[in-house]
Amino acid sequence: MPTRRTFLKSSAVAMFGVGSAPAWLSRALYASDAPSRRKKILVAIFQRGAVDGLNVVVPFGERRYYDLRPNLAIPKPDGTENSAIDLDGFFGLHPALAPLKPIYDAGHLAVVHAVGSPDPTRSHFDAQDYMESGTPGRKATTDGWLNRALVPEKSASPVRAVSLGAALPRAMRGKNEAVAIANLNDFQIRDTRGAGTFESMYENSLDQVLNGAGRETFEAVKLMQSIQKQPYAPDNSVQYPNSALGQSLMQIARLIKSDVGLEVAFAEMGGWDTHVKEVGARPAVGQLANLLGQFGGALAAFYQDLGDRMADVSLVTMSEFGRTARENGSRGTDHGHANVMFAFGGGIRGGKVYGAWPGLEQEQLYEQRDLQLTTDFRDVLGEMVVRHLGNTGVSSVFPGYDQPKFRGILAG
Amino acid sequence: MKKFAISIMLVAGMAAFSTDTPFSQPLSKDEEILHALNRLTFGPRPGDVEAVRKMGLKKWIDQQLHPERIAENPELAQRLQPLDSLHMSPAEIATNYPPRVVVQAVSKGLLPLPQDPEAKQRVQLQVQRLKARQKANGQGKGGDPLKQAMRQQVLDTTDPVERRKLVADRMPQQALAYDLNEAKLYRAIYSNRQLEEQMADFWFNHFNVYMDKGADRILISTYERDAIRPHVFGKFRDLLEATAESPAMLFYLDNWQSVSSDRPQERRFAKAKQARGLNENYARELMELHTLGVDGGYTQEDIVQVARCFTGWTISQPNRGGEFIYNDRVHDKGEKIVLGLKIPAGGGQDDAEKVLDILARHPSTARFISTELAQKFVADDPPPALIERMAKTFRDTDGDIRAVMSTMLESKEFLSEGAFRAKVKTPLELIVSAVRATDAQVDFAIPLATQIAQLGQPLYRKIEPTGYSSANSEWVNSAALLARMNFALALTANRVPGSQVGTERFENDPAAVARQVLFHEPAQQTLDSIEKALAQREPTPALIAGLVLGSPDFQRR
Repeated sequence: MPTRRTFLKSSAVAMFGVGSAPAWLSRALYASDAPSRRKKILVAIFQRGAVDGLNVVVPFGERRYYDLRPNLAIPKPDGTENSAIDLDGFFGLHPALAPLKPIYDAGHLAVVHAVGSPDPTRSHFDAQDYMESGTPGRKATTDGWLNRALVPEKSASPVRAVSLGAALPRAMRGKNEAVAIANLNDFQIRDTRGAGTFESMYENSLDQVLNGAGRETFEAVKLMQSIQKQPYAPDNSVQYPNSALGQSLMQIARLIKSDVGLEVAFAEMGGWDTHVKEVGARPAVGQLANLLGQFGGALAAFYQDLGDRMADVSLVTMSEFGRTARENGSRGTDHGHANVMFAFGGGIRGGKVYGAWPGLEQEQLYEQRDLQLTTDFRDVLGEMVVRHLGNTGVSSVFPGYDQPKFRGILAG
Repeated sequence: MKKFAISIMLVAGMAAFSTDTPFSQPLSKDEEILHALNRLTFGPRPGDVEAVRKMGLKKWIDQQLHPERIAENPELAQRLQPLDSLHMSPAEIATNYPPRVVVQAVSKGLLPLPQDPEAKQRVQLQVQRLKARQKANGQGKGGDPLKQAMRQQVLDTTDPVERRKLVADRMPQQALAYDLNEAKLYRAIYSNRQLEEQMADFWFNHFNVYMDKGADRILISTYERDAIRPHVFGKFRDLLEATAESPAMLFYLDNWQSVSSDRPQERRFAKAKQARGLNENYARELMELHTLGVDGGYTQEDIVQVARCFTGWTISQPNRGGEFIYNDRVHDKGEKIVLGLKIPAGGGQDDAEKVLDILARHPSTARFISTELAQKFVADDPPPALIERMAKTFRDTDGDIRAVMSTMLESKEFLSEGAFRAKVKTPLELIVSAVRATDAQVDFAIPLATQIAQLGQPLYRKIEPTGYSSANSEWVNSAALLARMNFALALTANRVPGSQVGTERFENDPAAVARQVLFHEPAQQTLDSIEKALAQREPTPALIAGLVLGSPDFQRR
């Protein structure tokens, strides 16, 4: 990508003058000269509201699934768009996730089933909190796992940790610098009459706290300006869905391709709390199908847009808990326990469904109603942190969980 | 951050060598007045400094500690008047502002329509919309097209009564959120009883409840009104009791679902809906966050014992605005040992009262509450000697909050160099202080609430029971700083809907404008930067005011 590198260099000189570019920027420049030294990037996607994992990755090989869900079950694969898409003869993807199948076939998409938080809570609020803090059952934790996953650095890039959205999510809070960006194009002083003046005030301020944060802010703003000048055109003429998640992932892709030092990113999608009318006229259509269409479309677009850059990137999805194995009386499902996670990227050993399957017979269910947990979500995230980001201090990323059991989703 | 840490170490190092710490260095008289206004109010308004100087600082502080002696601002009452959910009981709220579960139940014929014609009309409208939404979902259309158009219509409606009816009819649950947010902001901006408002903010945050957790949407406004506000200067034990038995807290921390784990009969009865047993959530937070503090000397076993004492403290029908009830059938009748003290077997509702007595009078509680107050009003790392004196007052007066506040406000540490401008404003403080400093006229506070949320402090929407931190580190980050600067320029350019700044009152000279909104001399660097900008363009006084509000100077209080 010589054009981008040249562009970055010239804008760095324009921004900071020759010889005065900050350390993180020169590092980013050298890094892009030698792709092997480029930092790995981890993207975390939160599906808020508890997605119904049993209809996302369907255990069509288990008869009991069809007994428990007479109105909701996705039919066994039959090649039509009304049935599951076969993955391994036992599990199948919801047909609305068809865009993800080629990634699975290419060996870059892994599925982990019966995974989640060991905490028994069925409260969205507690469970999301626990999953983001990375400390199930412990409420006093003030920072998030994604922030702790960063190795503190002296002069890190101001945009090493970015979450797409107005507020910094729990998962990203902590002592390492992390920025919330609602929209890359709007990360600026909107009234141009004020920009230079504010920068000068903060740069010269004797207030050490505000001076430091102010400098970081304007460094990030300048970095964004260099990005904002170039209208973004996704590679491979990819069309991102016009959904919030689609737009978030497009902006993450833009940051990654700009080589500005991104290491971790966070985006989210809501609406998964399908107590009522999860499915429409047929199990393969309706509310959940629409959500999955947006979800799968956004993920697939991200994968195609990044192309070869996926070699540096891993993306992992999570949701606070799963939903009841049995359908309820309103064509929906209630709050449950274990769920499903996706992981994809160049380094992922995909094309496989990971995790022991606990079964859906009455005595196999958690509290006789939900999918039993066989993999702790920290096993999956811990493996990402250690084997992808290269941060071996997993016990400080997940305090109290010193020995995550890696499933081999990434080469060790 | 690093530099900051070093300066803290230096301060600590100095303290070790001499008693001459920043917390023992006095302020000038003018600084004292400005400092007290910055801490005890949501920021000075034009004229406040002169008024306090005229009255005398000591007398002014004493008056703020006795809000009932201060005549209230009629502008406040006028703004609160249309917000009718603030005066209702939860049951009335549930009827008039039906939650989604009620609308769903009515739509399925499980609940009758309300009798009251206005409420009936509102529920009918909601049922229609629910059906339309369900239909749209079935056909693959997501979202609510009404919402976007509604927002604009709400902003375009200037008559507050009409505006509120619009919101209440179309989005009844949203109206409840609006009422709470608006009331909080109008009080912070317009009330003459500023310290009372700061205390209400402090205590609500200390006993935090999250508005979007199910039934809490309809329970929360009574919680603030009846459990928190009457006790902000009262006895801590009363405040603790009021929160412990409030449906909002019982729901938020799940105690309403907690039942004795050795009541097999009751368990079988409850099994139809969900397996139930002891829930430790409230017991844990009661000790960790409400009273003793995380290092206050309790164990996991104490949590279980306290949870057992609280079994039976529940709510009747939370979604219908139910009230506190004690259900003896699910109460654990066994003996409990809490923090080494025996609570004999055979007790009832009183078991939990004994727990509250033990906790409210525990020395760890005196220290923990004193520390939190000093962190909010003095500095992030308040001097231990001050905390000890406050804690002693707490113990000596049986937790009299006004007395503890007096000890703090009369201390040399409060009016010291160490405390002066030591705190970074929270988003709420930043935005309200900007509105007050510019004497803006606020006729619709929701756009301000939206700004506060964008700065990272959505009001009544702190999910965690910890509440918001008042520590500087929490509020200084890139996105937030940028948002603060953008807000400052938007406010003085009159681009924040619902708020109007009378820009003609600003003088022409940058230093004078800076003094008008900061109430003190700006930093030379701030002034230089503005003057440099002046030389290049022609900034208006309004723009200069915006630049000052976005400057490092205005971020501190």
